[in-house]
Amino acid sequence: MVETTPPPAATRARMSRFTSAWQSDFAWKFRRSPVAIVSFLVLMTLVLGAVFAPLVAPYDPFDPGSLNLMNGFTPPMEPNMFSGEVFWLGTDDQGRDVFSTILFGMRISLFVGFAAVLFAMLLGVTLGLLAGYLGGWTETIIMRAADVQLTFPAILVAMLIFGIAKGITPVEYRDQMAIWVLIIAIGLSDWVQFARVVRGATLVEKNKEYVQAARLIGRSKGAIMLRHILPNVMSPVLVIATISLALAIIAEATLSFLGVGAPPTQPSLGTLIRIGQGFLFSGEWWILFFPAVTLLMLALSVNLLGDWLRDALNPRLK
Amino acid sequence: MIAFILRRVFQSVLVLLIVGLVAFAMFSFVGDPVENMLGQERTQADVDRLREQMGLDQPIVVQYWTFLGNAFQGNFGLSYRQGREVSQIIAERLPATLELAFVSGVFAMLFGIGFGVFTAIRRNGIGSNVIMTLSLVGVSLPTFLIGILLIWVFSVELDMLPSFGRGDTVDLGWWTTGFLTQSGLKALILPSITLGLYQMTLIMRLVRSEMLEVLRQDYIRFARARGLREKSVNFRHALKNTLVPVITVTGLQLGSIIAFAIITETVFQWPGVGLLFINAIQFVDIPVMAAYLMLISVMFVGINLIVDLLYFAIDPRLRVDGTKGH
Repeated sequence: MVETTPPPAATRARMSRFTSAWQSDFAWKFRRSPVAIVSFLVLMTLVLGAVFAPLVAPYDPFDPGSLNLMNGFTPPMEPNMFSGEVFWLGTDDQGRDVFSTILFGMRISLFVGFAAVLFAMLLGVTLGLLAGYLGGWTETIIMRAADVQLTFPAILVAMLIFGIAKGITPVEYRDQMAIWVLIIAIGLSDWVQFARVVRGATLVEKNKEYVQAARLIGRSKGAIMLRHILPNVMSPVLVIATISLALAIIAEATLSFLGVGAPPTQPSLGTLIRIGQGFLFSGEWWILFFPAVTLLMLALSVNLLGDWLRDALNPRLK
Repeated sequence: MIAFILRRVFQSVLVLLIVGLVAFAMFSFVGDPVENMLGQERTQADVDRLREQMGLDQPIVVQYWTFLGNAFQGNFGLSYRQGREVSQIIAERLPATLELAFVSGVFAMLFGIGFGVFTAIRRNGIGSNVIMTLSLVGVSLPTFLIGILLIWVFSVELDMLPSFGRGDTVDLGWWTTGFLTQSGLKALILPSITLGLYQMTLIMRLVRSEMLEVLRQDYIRFARARGLREKSVNFRHALKNTLVPVITVTGLQLGSIIAFAIITETVFQWPGVGLLFINAIQFVDIPVMAAYLMLISVMFVGINLIVDLLYFAIDPRLRVDGTKGH
């Protein structure tokens, strides 16, 4: 922290930037939409809870020292019959606090979701720009690959990539690598949407006058793509990214639930649901119920925000 | 027209060749089959001999060709895990998946079209609003949560329907069916709803929007003016003209039903090919994975091709565009 006291001019500039953001079209639409506000608040609560899980969680579910088998199967909001401790959302079979495991599980779910979408976005936007701007063989190969991949549902592609990666990695690294493999698998299964939209937008943009001007003054192809076209094709990319985030979170949960995702040593929400399903018949519903509700809130709030964003950024609806 | 068909067939073959390449690459690069088959005390001579026997000393293009030939005959070798012919294992499991996919497809069609017509005719009624809202929730719920929810309500709480397996099946020699016993039919209910729900909402929304479009058109108004009964207008005139896109979408969804059967089969421990595939991934059973991949791509590509050709046959406008455009 070198600049401790910013000059008043900068403060004013920042203030006015904040107020201008607050008064912008976008913010106005946001304040007018109760659905958007509620989903944003829900999502923020969940994200903050996940990010600060070590501070928020009452117990550390991965510290074997804090586990007590006597606390196992404590129902929510009821004192444990041995220790008298009360757990908000109950405990699982090993006496782990369900609330804490959900917070830590959400961390993994959100991390995988964000990282996978980021990866898919980088890959898809790059390939889409290249295909749209360069055309020719580059375009044919990239878009044909996209077509072939689109023939198959994304979840199937992700499963297959996960399976192959599992075969390649040595046995002793499999659990450690699982999270990263999951990110790559979900990311690779999802780049097509980005590439298609960016290519379409690039095809429109590249014949506009500002691009011709940039070409005339001799800017390189890379510079034109990155500095001129990219900023102008980003708003549909943002919408797809939000919707992809919901899909990626569900995909991660599905894969983990099927047992081909996050390992039990690093349980995500899907893994927790998988574990909880085993206790459904013996009556310990809370081990399954709370992770499932959390996943649902997460997916639903991202989905609704994505829907709202799509309408808000659509120039035709202005 | 022939040019169009030929181009589509050529594209489909290309896709299959690419998928075959992926499957072949899995065999070649994920683990060394020679290492897997020979024990600790092998000599270099053993390794060379086995390589020659298996054709692994041939150029990679020749190997790929041999692989395609074998795959075409359904020969994928032995499962690493079960030590049996992969084609045999899949043939045993396939009826379970196909029956499940069939029932859920029928469920999705019947209820999707029914609800779609209902919500289009009674546009602002309470019933259609409830259905539309529920369908939104249904789309947001991941498939496996729907399955668990159904198990919780109908198996755990109400104890009405079985939560896993196929029930009793009847062996017809080359096909085992659950259609002929009561427990088999009961076991089909929950998995079919789980699998078909997403497709049902999709078809419902499609039918609804198409119906709303069609109901505005002049010939409907004219049919009403002629004094035809409401039922006849809605079903004979309106619904009939919405069915072309519905057939296409349903056809294309057939592929995803088979793919999403993986999830449903895991939730309900349904002994089909999807469950086989998940287990194969967990145990890195490459031959099973490759065979499943090839099987499902043949289905997908085949369905896409048939739907394209059907569409072409149903909608005469496409024929004109097809020859003009290219």
